[in-house]
Amino acid sequence: MRTPTLRTGWAILVFALVLLPLPLLIKSEFWLTWVTLALFYAYLGQAWNLLGGYGGQFSFGHALFFGTGAYCTAVLQIHFGINAWAGFVLAAVAAGIVGAATGWLVFRYGLRGSYFALVTLAFAEVFRILANTFAFTGAGVGLLVPLQPGAWQMQFESKAGFFWLLLILVVACLLFTWWLQNARFGARLMAVRENEDAARALGVDPFNTKLLAIIASGAIAGSAGAVYVQLFLYIDPGIAYGPSMSVEALLVPIIGGLGTVFGPVLGAFALHTIAEIGRLVFGEAPGLNLVLYGVLLVLMVLFLPNGLFGLGRFGFGLRRRLQRKGGANA
Amino acid sequence: MLEVAKLSKRFGGLVATNNVSFTVQPGSISALIGPNGAGKTTIFAQISGFHRPDEGDIRFEGISLVGLTPERICVLGIARTFQIVQPFAGLTVRENIAVGAHLHRAGRKAALDHAEAVAQRVGLGPQLDKPAAALTVAGRKRLELAKALATDPKLLLLDEVMAGLNPAEIDEIIPIIRGIRQSGVTILLIEHVMRAVMNLSEHAWVLNNGGLIASGTPSQIAADPQVIEAYLGHGAAERMKAAKTEAQHA
Repeated sequence: MRTPTLRTGWAILVFALVLLPLPLLIKSEFWLTWVTLALFYAYLGQAWNLLGGYGGQFSFGHALFFGTGAYCTAVLQIHFGINAWAGFVLAAVAAGIVGAATGWLVFRYGLRGSYFALVTLAFAEVFRILANTFAFTGAGVGLLVPLQPGAWQMQFESKAGFFWLLLILVVACLLFTWWLQNARFGARLMAVRENEDAARALGVDPFNTKLLAIIASGAIAGSAGAVYVQLFLYIDPGIAYGPSMSVEALLVPIIGGLGTVFGPVLGAFALHTIAEIGRLVFGEAPGLNLVLYGVLLVLMVLFLPNGLFGLGRFGFGLRRRLQRKGGANA
Repeated sequence: MLEVAKLSKRFGGLVATNNVSFTVQPGSISALIGPNGAGKTTIFAQISGFHRPDEGDIRFEGISLVGLTPERICVLGIARTFQIVQPFAGLTVRENIAVGAHLHRAGRKAALDHAEAVAQRVGLGPQLDKPAAALTVAGRKRLELAKALATDPKLLLLDEVMAGLNPAEIDEIIPIIRGIRQSGVTILLIEHVMRAVMNLSEHAWVLNNGGLIASGTPSQIAADPQVIEAYLGHGAAERMKAAKTEAQHA
């Protein structure tokens, strides 16, 4: 028990140390952007993994939190001149509040499984329509964040700044998930995922447990939205609350490995390698990446329900079995 | 310790529990028996908060449990097992038991250590790091017991922990249950395995069609004509008596 736990800690350290000097080594702007975006999707996937992977609550509308965070920073910055770092914190708070409200409504009435997924999807759509309507969110036109280069406004001069910021966030999330796996809250969350009635019989309050998980998950996704806005300096209802962000958020951990510490990171890099190959092979046909994602999702669910992480475990088990067989023969 | 008073529960037209009253003495092992569909599990579900009774009261150490949630009732000190086993299939045996152990232990290490101790006690020691899904029926029954026991309950409700076990496995689990009682836990069990009921319990209540039909020591109950009729059909007690007299005459 203690050994794999410690191994995860070492893996996080190695991951951080390997990625840390990357911007100094990668000279190509394209590849640096690519790695930065992979980290961004890893971070978004980590948010989803918390609720979906550990809590078993499959959200189809994580854009709800991402978009709320993105609009929160953009609106505060444009209309009230609030600093982007403060906006980042407030975005997390706002998305956490939206998470609390959603969770309170949905879990209060015991909606699980596909009902939960549909409600989150519907909430994201409602917010998309609202963002399309109001003037302060820029309606259908969206919001252009004024260019104010400088680390003080979270608009780094080079991509390297964003890379390091996202690396810190991803590593912080890795540490948080690692803690979660070894904490009472994590044990309760996984118990609720596995069997809610059995968890209740052991004194676990599923409502509070799931509510805390959706608040944390929402806050992280919201902070991802805040980073996104500073990275692209633009947000509109389709990007913020549209289904494509929700799909990315859930696909990344599903491909990497649900309910594992490194699943989202692995999934984000795998998914973006595949998406890049798809773009090279098929060109920039609109919507093609979604078709590709759909095929990928079906294949994953059919053959690798535990994600790429499950593949590693499978390979490990196979090797051990072979070794045992070899030992028996000798 | 546990007082059930005039408890009634209906599901549509079906009366699942009909005016049932009984009292469980602290430190005892008692049993709730009866034919299939008599309403035993429904009574457990009401005590543990999964079903709300329509009428009547349930008091545990003087506190009314009616309207409390299952998790609250567990915190008060009542743990239950499920007749249809409910393991956390994706977790290991150790992690399964630790969920129960966490009820009164915030630290992970304390919970895992306690889980290990409980596992040893119910004979799951060698299976600690197996996934719960890989256990046999007997193993899963033990896991149910271990999870409930890990919450440090004052009262343990065991719902058919011996169903589906072979005689050798039953002989192994009986001393475990007796050991739990000796450590100060009161036990109320639902059981079909009469050998276990006769062997373990000091007191038993017989339930039929939702209502209590007999109460007493296991041997008193085994001789009760009403109980025999409930199990073997109308007129069975008469026929058995007649058969016995005939055998004596012959």
